[in-house]
Amino acid sequence: MTGTTLTPDIAIDVHHITRVEGHGNIVVDVEKGELKRCELQIVEAPRFFEAMLRGRPYGQASHLTSRICGICAVGHATTSLRATETALGVELSEQTILLRKLNFYGEILDSHILHVYMLVAPDFLGVGSVIPLATSAPDVVLRALRMKKLSGDICAVIAGRHTHPIAMTVGGFTHFPTMEKLEQLRERLEAVRADVDETVALFQTLQIPDFERETEHIALHKPDEYAFIDGVIKSTDSGEWPLDRYLEVTNEYMVPHSTAKRARNQREAYAVGAMARVNVNYDLLHPKAKEAAVALGLKPVCHNPYMISVAQVVEIVHAIEDSIVLTDALLKRGVEWEEPAPPARLSGEGVGSCEVPRGILFHHYKIEDGLIVGANGVIPTTQNLQNAEEDMRALVPTILDRSQEEITLALEMLVRAYDPCISCSTHLLDVRFE
Amino acid sequence: MTQQKPKIAFFDFASCEGCQLTVIDSLQTNLELLNAVEIVNFREAMSEKGQDYQIAFIEGSCSRKSDEARLQAIREQADIVVALGACAHLGGVNAVRNRQPLEDVRTYVYGNKADWYETYPARPISQVITVDATIPGCPIDRDEFIASVKMLLQGRIPKLPETPLCVECKLLENQCVYTMGKVCLGPIVRAGCKAICPSFGDGCEGCRGLVSEPNMESLKQVMAEHGMADQDISHKLDLFLTYQMMNLENEEPK
Ligand code: SF4
Ligand code: SF4
Ligand code: SF4
Repeated sequence: MTGTTLTPDIAIDVHHITRVEGHGNIVVDVEKGELKRCELQIVEAPRFFEAMLRGRPYGQASHLTSRICGICAVGHATTSLRATETALGVELSEQTILLRKLNFYGEILDSHILHVYMLVAPDFLGVGSVIPLATSAPDVVLRALRMKKLSGDICAVIAGRHTHPIAMTVGGFTHFPTMEKLEQLRERLEAVRADVDETVALFQTLQIPDFERETEHIALHKPDEYAFIDGVIKSTDSGEWPLDRYLEVTNEYMVPHSTAKRARNQREAYAVGAMARVNVNYDLLHPKAKEAAVALGLKPVCHNPYMISVAQVVEIVHAIEDSIVLTDALLKRGVEWEEPAPPARLSGEGVGSCEVPRGILFHHYKIEDGLIVGANGVIPTTQNLQNAEEDMRALVPTILDRSQEEITLALEMLVRAYDPCISCSTHLLDVRFE
Repeated sequence: MTQQKPKIAFFDFASCEGCQLTVIDSLQTNLELLNAVEIVNFREAMSEKGQDYQIAFIEGSCSRKSDEARLQAIREQADIVVALGACAHLGGVNAVRNRQPLEDVRTYVYGNKADWYETYPARPISQVITVDATIPGCPIDRDEFIASVKMLLQGRIPKLPETPLCVECKLLENQCVYTMGKVCLGPIVRAGCKAICPSFGDGCEGCRGLVSEPNMESLKQVMAEHGMADQDISHKLDLFLTYQMMNLENEEPK
């Protein structure tokens, strides 16, 4: 390990990193220019969702698990439903699939907009939060709020609200949007394109730190669409796995300094999230999203974690364009009141997987006579933690000539780039189906 | 001299942070509120941290001994403590596990590393500190949050509605979900959410808490009339209301 003698001792202890979801600490110790300790600690109170699911009727699982994370509520609910539906052999209608996808984009947009505008942009604009921007750059804040409101309204029209969705149920929905509501969404989606262009333009002006560390990227993959719901697990190193073999990829383990578990596949760590999705599925992005990627200098395979926010901007473009396509399809075919598709059996085992905003998520349930008897979840932040820590370890020695404050900011920005949703990472473990 | 704006702070304990997100969302249409207060602590949204607040909003349940000191410190500083959402108000979904033996819950999730992680049965924050006001729900209702903040700024304490949800639901002319063969806790749960779940075709799960004198008998009667078993309702009651139900049953957390 290299060190400079200019700054022999550095001790960084960021207690409760701000502008991330949940509680995390960064601890770095450099002695005589040598990195002794470098940890990303998760200190959130454990919530034990897997245990809560035991003994519950399968119909409640999606409402319970959406409460794992307020930002990824639709993601957890959808993944939970897919796990149950796979276990019980439920076949979804075309209408259900279209509505679920549109609802899912609402959440991807909501989360990405929150992250790039309110949690990440303040770093680049040199302020501590989005609040001072309301006076110094009101157009930026108003644009962010406008875009965020539309995202939330997509979810509200389809499932009642974003946090926590109501009308999503095993086999379908309990409520359906009117044509009028869908037409209004269609108009607003079209109008928001100007804001999306401005967002791309804003990110073209930001100086993204130059830092690379080669790693493995993992995402869901489908041959014919940029995958968010269902698919196979695919790696940028090599390999594809069906969902029911997810444990061979995630290989979870624990470390004492953190209440969240960690994962590794073919290297010491791997990354999931917007960057991994773009890296694995670049060719399947909407043409306009590819244009944005080119304009923003994002080329697959990209190994700069600070570029994750740029990948999120690219996905914002994709999600808006594909939402327009989906709304058109729904308007054309019409939306009818439909009973949820029935289960083929009441006992079974199934894995569901979605690409939630922060990366690939797995739910795995075993159901007997309609009651859940075993549950496991692997969330994106678990899969990213070790990778983020490896990045910190690689980054610190290259910036030892900076002041302690600058080093701290660089590390905080790095962790924020991963968008860790620590609230839901504090759970999980051995899959033991008794 | 300009008058000092009241300083407010947000804190989170065991939660999904959905209530804090709802706070951020409620500002989308109420930006003027940002001018009326000074937010000194909102970890999820800002880097600055101030400790001189008058009103503290607390999200999340208390789920470990070490959280108690943090709660007490907030109580000492704040003039007004507000429980934000079902986790803080009721224990919420965090208390679902209280019916299972604690050791079993810990080893199921953390295996032989269970001892690394401190925990105890999840509880409402009112079990640890005095709470002055509550904004109920999972998540909180945006409009109710804004209205409550406005009242607090005028020096008044918002009161929770005492009418059952059914009243609100019927005014909206919703089709009762019992007629669709679904269970609903509307007869015993506090109104104020615009009956959003029945409006979206699902039975109420009770996230706003029970009215002060819940008529369990009339609920059971409604259930029986629609041919539903006691078990159907106990699963519903054990989603957000486990802590309250265990109290009613005088059952100790395991
Ligand atoms: S009350 Fe519900 S929405 Fe609010 S923090 Fe708790 S789980 Fe999340
Ligand atoms: S749907 Fe629920 S809240 Fe509405 S009237 Fe029926 S029981 Fe009451
Ligand atoms: S209908 Fe019931 S479960 Fe739904 S938000 Fe209102 S109180 Fe909560």
